[in-house]
Amino acid sequence: MNRDDFPILETGIIYFDNGATTMKPKCVVDKVVEYYTEYTSNAHRGDYDTSLRVDKEYESVRTKVKNLINAARDEEIVFTKGTTESLNTIVFGYMQKILKKNDEVLISKSEHASNVLPWMILKEKIGIEVKYVDLDENYAVTVENVKRAITDKTKVISLAHVTNVIGDIRDIVEIGKIAKENNILFVVDAAQSIGHVKIDVQKANIDFLGFSAHKMLGPTGIGVLYGKYELLNETDTLEYGGGMNAFFESDCSYELKEVPWKFEAGTQNIAGVIGMGRAIDYILKIGLDKIHEHELELKKYAVSELKKVPNIKIYNENTDSGIIAFNIDKVFSQDTAIFLNRFNICVRSGNHCAKILKDEIGITNTCRASFYVYNTKEEVDKLIEALKRQDEVYDNIV
Amino acid sequence: MDEKLKRDIILEHYQNPFHKGLSDNPEYITVNSRNASCVDNINVSVLIDDGVIIDARFDGDACAICTSATSVMAKTLIGKTLDEAKVIVENFENMINEKEYDSSVLEELNVYDTVYRQPNRKTCALLPFRAIRDIMNKNENK
Repeated sequence: MNRDDFPILETGIIYFDNGATTMKPKCVVDKVVEYYTEYTSNAHRGDYDTSLRVDKEYESVRTKVKNLINAARDEEIVFTKGTTESLNTIVFGYMQKILKKNDEVLISKSEHASNVLPWMILKEKIGIEVKYVDLDENYAVTVENVKRAITDKTKVISLAHVTNVIGDIRDIVEIGKIAKENNILFVVDAAQSIGHVKIDVQKANIDFLGFSAHKMLGPTGIGVLYGKYELLNETDTLEYGGGMNAFFESDCSYELKEVPWKFEAGTQNIAGVIGMGRAIDYILKIGLDKIHEHELELKKYAVSELKKVPNIKIYNENTDSGIIAFNIDKVFSQDTAIFLNRFNICVRSGNHCAKILKDEIGITNTCRASFYVYNTKEEVDKLIEALKRQDEVYDNIV
Repeated sequence: MDEKLKRDIILEHYQNPFHKGLSDNPEYITVNSRNASCVDNINVSVLIDDGVIIDARFDGDACAICTSATSVMAKTLIGKTLDEAKVIVENFENMINEKEYDSSVLEELNVYDTVYRQPNRKTCALLPFRAIRDIMNKNENK
């Protein structure tokens, strides 16, 4: 749907790597260009018209994000360069201060690197324990398994809402409830779910959350850190400089700005913020329910068609998102991806930054096709046709 | 070399790799080499005695180009002195990186002489050679 809004699709590209990044609709690109051509100025600094316009546009996006995830107030929305910065700020700006040796942080083996490595580094720094929720037979995290993994030392549960290889949607409302009942902090990596499924941070009792705009039709280099206001107040920024201080004196006294501005040091990615705002408008206009329904329909169709192709192994047919992890039997995933590129079909190969998932699914590499609004059944058919020609995988190897 | 012959040699080495599987002998020097784009992952293991490569083996999980290049490299290097091996490594790297090289020293490794046309495959072909460089460095510092 809405294919006309994406000029890049006119090139004939079949883009199934939406888990990595998404295409940009013309309205998002136009919004960014408009800032650069009509009112380039810095934010929060000027006394002139264009600068005031920047302030208005920039801060209005905070409200858009607040509404998108149903945060309680605008000040709970911090602009970052993406999910990675958001999660690192949570771990090293807050968790490092409040966690103690032997406190347990519960993650899963299907998490992305950015929800694993910061915790591993924190383990090195202060001796926390990193524990993993058991995955079920579909490699998914169930509420039951989360309950089972909680001990009296569990202080944090940090999980992706939707995982980037298996694509299972975690029941964050139920997990959030359990976290609250057990006095556990709940951190959500929303990189793969934002713009695909609804998120209500209050309903799910989420303490911190991060996402990136480029995975929801927005620009690269911009994302969001959400935190409950009182928690953000206790969180240290990882960067200091202009725009985030109230004053500083030669006697080394200083005061930082309030939340969220204390986290936004230096000139921000203004074009990115403004472009993200337009992406949010665009997505909400289509409707998240409709987007999710479309992705699920494509996934079901693709799975049923893939099953008719010989030698295809699907690793996640039962998960409810638009992500399919598969391999051609005895063909290395990268060889498959390079073969599909010959048909102008973009899929990702490798371990997709979920490097410990191999412990669970027993293979290190898969091809991943991930769908979004603009993908069609006709495109899936072309993937199927190409995979039927699997005997030709190595024909053009040199 | 004929394109079909090249492809047949590469596929043969991919599907039936030479010396795949490591030795238990602790005299072997083993290094792990990974592709930063998080796909290819190989261990290369070499037995060196008196400046000569006595044996070369590998294991791991990698694409057709990387697996076969490791296999062909192992086959080519066995019996070579370290000095000869260095010349082969340098010339192979030059070939992949589109620099001047001497094809007469590369033997069967010449089948990769068009890999440069596929930029996304260059790292795959070079991966085992990064490993052998590490191994030779380790050997020097032993």
